[in-house]
Amino acid sequence: MNVEQETGQKEMELNPAQTKEAMDLQSKTPKVDRENRETVGDVRVDDPRMRCTDINVHYGDKHAIKGLNLDVGKKEILSMIGPSGCGKSTFLRCLNRMNDTIDSCRVTGTIEMDGVDINGKSIDVVPLRASVGMVFQKPNPFPKSIRENILFGPRIHGLATDKDDLEEIVVNSLKKAGLWDEVKDRLDQPGTGLSGGQQQRLCIARTIAVEPEIILMDEPCSALDPISTAAIEELMLELSESYSICIVTHSMQQAARVSNRTAYFHLGDLIEVGTTDQVFNAPLHQLTEDYITGRFG
Amino acid sequence: MQIDILFITLMLLSSAAFFIGRQRASKIVQGQIQSLHSLPSFYGFFAAIWSGLPAILLLAAWVVFEPAIITNIVIANLPEHITSLGQSHVNLVVNDIHNLTLGNLTATEPSAEIIAAADQYKSLQATSHMLLTIFSLLLVFGFGLVSVRKIHPQLRARNVVEQVIKVFLFLCACIAILSTLGIVMSVLFESIRFFKMIPIDDFLFGLTWSPQTAMREDQVGSSGAFGAIPLFTGTLLISFIAMMVAVPVGLMSAIYLSEYASTKVRGIAKPLLEVLAGIPTVVYGFFAALTVAPLLRGAGISLGLDIASESALAAGLVMGIMIIPLVSSLSDDVINAVPQAMRDGAYGLGATKSETIRKVIFPAALPGIVGGILLAVSRALGETMIVVMAAGLAANLTANPLDAVTTVTVQIVTLLTGDQEFDSAKTLAAFALGLVLFVITLLLNVIALRVVRKYREQYE
Repeated sequence: MNVEQETGQKEMELNPAQTKEAMDLQSKTPKVDRENRETVGDVRVDDPRMRCTDINVHYGDKHAIKGLNLDVGKKEILSMIGPSGCGKSTFLRCLNRMNDTIDSCRVTGTIEMDGVDINGKSIDVVPLRASVGMVFQKPNPFPKSIRENILFGPRIHGLATDKDDLEEIVVNSLKKAGLWDEVKDRLDQPGTGLSGGQQQRLCIARTIAVEPEIILMDEPCSALDPISTAAIEELMLELSESYSICIVTHSMQQAARVSNRTAYFHLGDLIEVGTTDQVFNAPLHQLTEDYITGRFG
Repeated sequence: MQIDILFITLMLLSSAAFFIGRQRASKIVQGQIQSLHSLPSFYGFFAAIWSGLPAILLLAAWVVFEPAIITNIVIANLPEHITSLGQSHVNLVVNDIHNLTLGNLTATEPSAEIIAAADQYKSLQATSHMLLTIFSLLLVFGFGLVSVRKIHPQLRARNVVEQVIKVFLFLCACIAILSTLGIVMSVLFESIRFFKMIPIDDFLFGLTWSPQTAMREDQVGSSGAFGAIPLFTGTLLISFIAMMVAVPVGLMSAIYLSEYASTKVRGIAKPLLEVLAGIPTVVYGFFAALTVAPLLRGAGISLGLDIASESALAAGLVMGIMIIPLVSSLSDDVINAVPQAMRDGAYGLGATKSETIRKVIFPAALPGIVGGILLAVSRALGETMIVVMAAGLAANLTANPLDAVTTVTVQIVTLLTGDQEFDSAKTLAAFALGLVLFVITLLLNVIALRVVRKYREQYE
């Protein structure tokens, strides 16, 4: 692998025409062969928030994730890209054990959060999910008022009982999610009455309200229009100052815009991990290049 | 030709038209089906409808009007001395004539005039059937020929056939609505007759129910009292007990089945629960009367309580058991209709299963559950067989579930079984009771359906 040559291309912008140009240049540098499914790039970071070692996930007979190793750093945005069915959402759901709710799903390997195995016997899933929040593809506010949507988490975890404290959580979460100005006059109206983009930001506010350390986002913008998407991307960048964020996305532009590191998945294998610049401008693996240049996926 | 044979013939001819039409359509375009406006079978149906429908309509009209017309002709030809005796006598004579033509026995030995009239009736009928046969066959062949001739590639046969099907479906819908309307009207008119004898406020707000009225003018006692309050309190008491059993048990089993049970348990338990719904109510009835009631009475004696052997409690308990599957399957449906995204959202925030169910799923499903419960209440109010067997006839005005009470449906059954005269208040009271019960259950159903519909809008 010729590292000098690739860093030389680093400043290249991500627009289709130039990517094609980059591709022509890159095609001269040798890539890891398509048949090789070993992960290339640095899966480990210094001082990780989460460290996953040798993760295997089976749905019944289907082997959905095959021997995956990956770290999630502190205060970083890690994006996961790859064609549909490649296991990126499944991996995301391992991180807060959402896969527990699926009967046929079996997860092996160790996932450590701040050095503690989250699948360990002594770990209760309730506090885990409070510290690893999740935002879903489709906005899913509860059919309750905006206030009650925010307070759902704090109430079940007993974060506050005092009325003023609860109100403060509502205000702070909505402000952090950039929704306060739009809804401050109608906190008692149903959350389902908001627009799609507002609903998704409400779901993010709801997640922030329980003060997680990591926020998992599973294609959070795929049901939204470009303006709402921009608002949420901006929000992610702000949130990454205090939280780690893992995002699964089908939009490579989105991954390129928001994330620090990018992981490319292919049919249950983690193919390549690296800084977003490096993965998009100088992928080391032929499959990654095929995908980001649109030849595959 | 006999009417039934004629009908079958018409149907056969019309099916023949189908094949002829279909064949002609494909022949016209030399097998190039794509150059036809519609598929060949539509041309077949087009021919079949055109040839069959007018003749069938004629047949139907004929069958409806023929007897009245022939009878009128026969009456007009009756000798003066019979017709002059008045309408009721003429009706008797006509009855005799009909019996004679059908070969039945008549009430009295028929006179020569009546035999002659019967013969005339028969011959008129024969002529009429012959005419009908000729006309309908003419119609079949005429319209059949015209329609087959009309077939050409641009003919919009599909549109015509679909239009006819639409009208047919509309008529079917009308039958359902009209028959409901008919039932309501008949109950309503009989009730109005009842309210002419008994003032409506005496009926609705009276406190005693004792429907025994005098059969003859000179009979003593039995003046009759038609206060429906005891019946409605009895109905409500039993329904209330039933709901007390059915709602908690049904709801919780629904929550267990939809949220906690593994696929395996669910696969066994749900059909088993639905077996309850398949047990005939009469079986529940004797279960209540012969097993539960004596059991309760025995238990009451050992506790020092006096429980009537036809107590509201026994009937209500068994009715509740009967309604469990209704509540549980309706609730199960609405709980399953709560999107998985709601559950994921709650779990994603660290909610436990019970928190998710109590704080997210149950509130989201509540309108639907309420709708289901209202449907179950209207079922309980209208339930008859269990209460007939287990609740007894004593119209006690009481709220004590250990006493015997009676219900609206039980009284309707007792008022209308056996030989009845249809002009006494006693019999007509059944219609008034039925009307009030109908109005109550109708209101409940309307409210329930509205609630359910409102709920449905929430996720779409």
